[in-house]
Amino acid sequence: MKPANIDLDEIIEHYPGRPDYLIFLLQDIQAAFNYISPEALQLVCDHTGVPLSQAYAVSTFYQSFSLEPKGEHEIKVCLGTACHLKGAPRLVEELERRLGVSPGGTTDDLKYSLETVNCLGACALAPVMVVDEKYQPSVTTKKLDKVLGELQQD
Amino acid sequence: MSKAKAEAKAQDARLASAADLEALRQRLIQDQDPDRPEIIVCHGTGCLANGSPEVAEALKKAIKASGLDAKVVPGIKATGCHGFCSRGPLVVVRPQGLFYQRVQASDVDEIVQTTLVEGQAVERLLYKDPVSKEAITLEQDIPFYKHQKRVVLRNIGKVDPTDINDTIARGGYLALAKALFAMTPEQVVAEVEKSGLRGRGGAGFPTGRKWKSALAAIKKKGRPVYVVVNGDEGDPGAFMDRTIMEGDPHAVLEGLILGAYALGAHQGFLYVRAEYPVAIKHLTIAMEQARALGLLGENILGSGFSFDVQVNRGAGAFVCGESTALFTSIEGRAGEPKPKYVRSVEEGLWGRPTVLNNVETWANVPQIIENGSEWFAGLGAPNSTGTKVFSLVGKVNNVGLVEVPMGIPLKEIVETLGGGVPGGEPFKAVQTGGPSGGCLPYSLKDTPVDFDSLTKAGSMMGSGGMIVMDRRDCVVDIARYFLRFLEEESCGKCIPCRLGIQRMREMCDGFSRGEGSEADIAELKSLARAIQDGSLCALGGSSPNPVLTTLQYFEDEYLAHIRDHKCPAGVCKALITYSIDRDKCTGCMACARACPQKCISGQKKKPHAIDAARCIRCGICMESCKFQAVQVQ
Amino acid sequence: MVSFKINGQAVQAEPGWTVLETARHHGIHIPTLCYHEAVEASGACRLCVVEVKQGDWSKIVISCMYPVAEGIEILTESERVKNVRRWILEMLLAECPGSKDIRELAAQYGVNSTRFTPHHPDEQCILCGLCVRVCKEVVGVNAISTVGRGVHKKIGSPYMEPSEACVACGSCVTVCPTGAMRARIDAVRGEPKVQLAPQAK
Repeated sequence: MKPANIDLDEIIEHYPGRPDYLIFLLQDIQAAFNYISPEALQLVCDHTGVPLSQAYAVSTFYQSFSLEPKGEHEIKVCLGTACHLKGAPRLVEELERRLGVSPGGTTDDLKYSLETVNCLGACALAPVMVVDEKYQPSVTTKKLDKVLGELQQD
Repeated sequence: MSKAKAEAKAQDARLASAADLEALRQRLIQDQDPDRPEIIVCHGTGCLANGSPEVAEALKKAIKASGLDAKVVPGIKATGCHGFCSRGPLVVVRPQGLFYQRVQASDVDEIVQTTLVEGQAVERLLYKDPVSKEAITLEQDIPFYKHQKRVVLRNIGKVDPTDINDTIARGGYLALAKALFAMTPEQVVAEVEKSGLRGRGGAGFPTGRKWKSALAAIKKKGRPVYVVVNGDEGDPGAFMDRTIMEGDPHAVLEGLILGAYALGAHQGFLYVRAEYPVAIKHLTIAMEQARALGLLGENILGSGFSFDVQVNRGAGAFVCGESTALFTSIEGRAGEPKPKYVRSVEEGLWGRPTVLNNVETWANVPQIIENGSEWFAGLGAPNSTGTKVFSLVGKVNNVGLVEVPMGIPLKEIVETLGGGVPGGEPFKAVQTGGPSGGCLPYSLKDTPVDFDSLTKAGSMMGSGGMIVMDRRDCVVDIARYFLRFLEEESCGKCIPCRLGIQRMREMCDGFSRGEGSEADIAELKSLARAIQDGSLCALGGSSPNPVLTTLQYFEDEYLAHIRDHKCPAGVCKALITYSIDRDKCTGCMACARACPQKCISGQKKKPHAIDAARCIRCGICMESCKFQAVQVQ
Repeated sequence: MVSFKINGQAVQAEPGWTVLETARHHGIHIPTLCYHEAVEASGACRLCVVEVKQGDWSKIVISCMYPVAEGIEILTESERVKNVRRWILEMLLAECPGSKDIRELAAQYGVNSTRFTPHHPDEQCILCGLCVRVCKEVVGVNAISTVGRGVHKKIGSPYMEPSEACVACGSCVTVCPTGAMRARIDAVRGEPKVQLAPQAK
């Protein structure tokens, strides 16, 4: 969980009010709050002078941005080619079964978000997944038990 | 320290001339004691995930506790990726060059005692040659390293990327000093052109010619002109740019500054994909340290030339590796490509002349300037000069990064450096060039790996990813994989790409279920040509390549799916069945426990059986079996 | 003036013209969907592809953006051109089965059926983006944009809710080549402020 005491205004004032800082701002807001709220998006538009429709287009175009709150734990499964060959699709299916959500989804209790990513460039660790920014190398279904078990205890 | 004092000190640190840089370098070299032991712990993404920070921490503690004499207390250096990622965490002990692989925190006491105190190698941590089974003590004797020619990767694994002094001691920024004080901008361009350097990011456009066209455009349109690093390495299975940015960020930066000097640019951009946080961090630190030394910013090395650069993080869109989409993204908008009837050297970022090169291309520039174009042109093949870094991944023993002269045969990379396929059988295919590239079969193993030969074979160099496949990998599945990848990454602007990739994928999905006919294959080829011809950018235009090359070299395997309803590799779920070999099954029950369908039955220590009707062919039983008793047909 | 050939016919163009402008000036027909004189060309639909030849060299380009050049040869009905057009139309028939305009256009080029299964039986939008461009460039209010990317891309206002920026001018409906915007405008402008005139045809 990210600390809730980050000041949105502070993030916004950090960048000059120009359209080319739109993506910088959205990235910082996403990192701080785990998603971009409608209020935050409007503030960014006011600051940069970008029309709301265009900011909305940008925040739905790029995969890093989310307009809805994400789960407390983010599980990203790499679907790079090496990971694909070494069983990543199997991992995704198993996680779907266990969490009851599809990739891109968040569990109802807001505990887990399941994502797939296109190659993390960590092919020697295939199949690899990243749980809350920590790389988990050579994941098997057995290792999944361990990782999910640890998260459950949190 | 007061702010004014701190500023004054920062001012002091600035190098005001080439002589200052040389003096600093000499001082740094003198400070180094060549005999002082040094323990290098690889901190590349691969080794980090396998626990290298814990190893480094444990080493520090163990050395402190060992009571070693002050003279032999080694420095612990965290470096960028050594490339041999499948063997990590890697530890190298200098000056001897002892190479330890798969080191864990629990191994460090033995390393300190045996190696540092007694001066011996820890046998069990040494690399063993997979063929001769002999232990190899020294880093430089391991075939994976021995057959490499490291130009771009020369500093990687040797310098601490977060300390500019390490890079300067090894000759960093000498090329910049040479260019600023002994060469005109035109001479820099000419040198790069004479070297024959071609872009390392995709199509292999000659870099010098690009710079020359930019100079011509600047003459017409005036300045500003921008220089940009394309660090949006998106091809799945490619991670050489990540490694260069993480392990030798100053090489990229120095290359970019040289380009800026050659073109008279004062502003540059480093566009790095968001999935590479360590690269972003190391580049940012490198920029700060270079600025503090006066190697970046106002009046670089007192030459009067000023240039600065900013990092733009990507936001998760593969298409932003395409030049016009990348510019649109830097401008703050959704990264949709534009038709390129006017080249970006004339109209790029904000409509200004712009030179965009990939990370590896920029990182080659300082060495071309330092060692001369003739030296560079002497490496590699006539039309593909220099070296190329490849990432070897998939079904290959030595997964990692290798740098070799262009033009060496494919099989040498896969077999000699990569150690071949686990189990010793020949590889089935090598996919080069990522989603825009193609699949080369074993019969093309002697193909020289250079720009033109790969294109002739129907594939391409791309960024240098090499994905090795064995007989358990299905080409229809691979074609579907790349199509799904591109379908998800298509920006959706033009119809052939947005709809065409999806429809090609649906046709291949049909093949994977045993549906379709030979007429459908012909239709697929016709659609593929329409997509190649009709797409707006290279993402769409090259998207049929994996399908077309697998059809070209493995048509029989497609026909096996649609005619015989068989997947020879045992991958396509609709065409396979899992069963248990009664002779091999020990009744350990691991598969039954793991099966999500609970459709495996059998008593303890008795052979098990799979209920085919309920099996969803997830393959978890096969993964969990330690006795290779689960078969797929 | 720039002199070149279209389908063997000698044509002349003002410098700076595109191939499409020149063709239309000379009464040579090239089909388009995402092109409109009122807004900047975007090159999205690719229906206006032509083959350009210069000596031995030949490639497929879009005529709405390709600048004229002395001595080039343009083919509007070559095999490669027809193949691109055929597949675009066949895919569009499945993509927006709800659009009569697309069915008629496809039929003009001999494409009367599609091998593909439609994903959305009522869809009319081909995502040409004319509505977005006219809203931005002509009306200047930026009420709508593309949303999402790739096969998930749509046209809409922020959060797919009625937009405060929309002035209900109906320009988007006017430029829409398939009738899709007619069905969608109320979702953008909220309560119908003005009744749309009956479809002119």
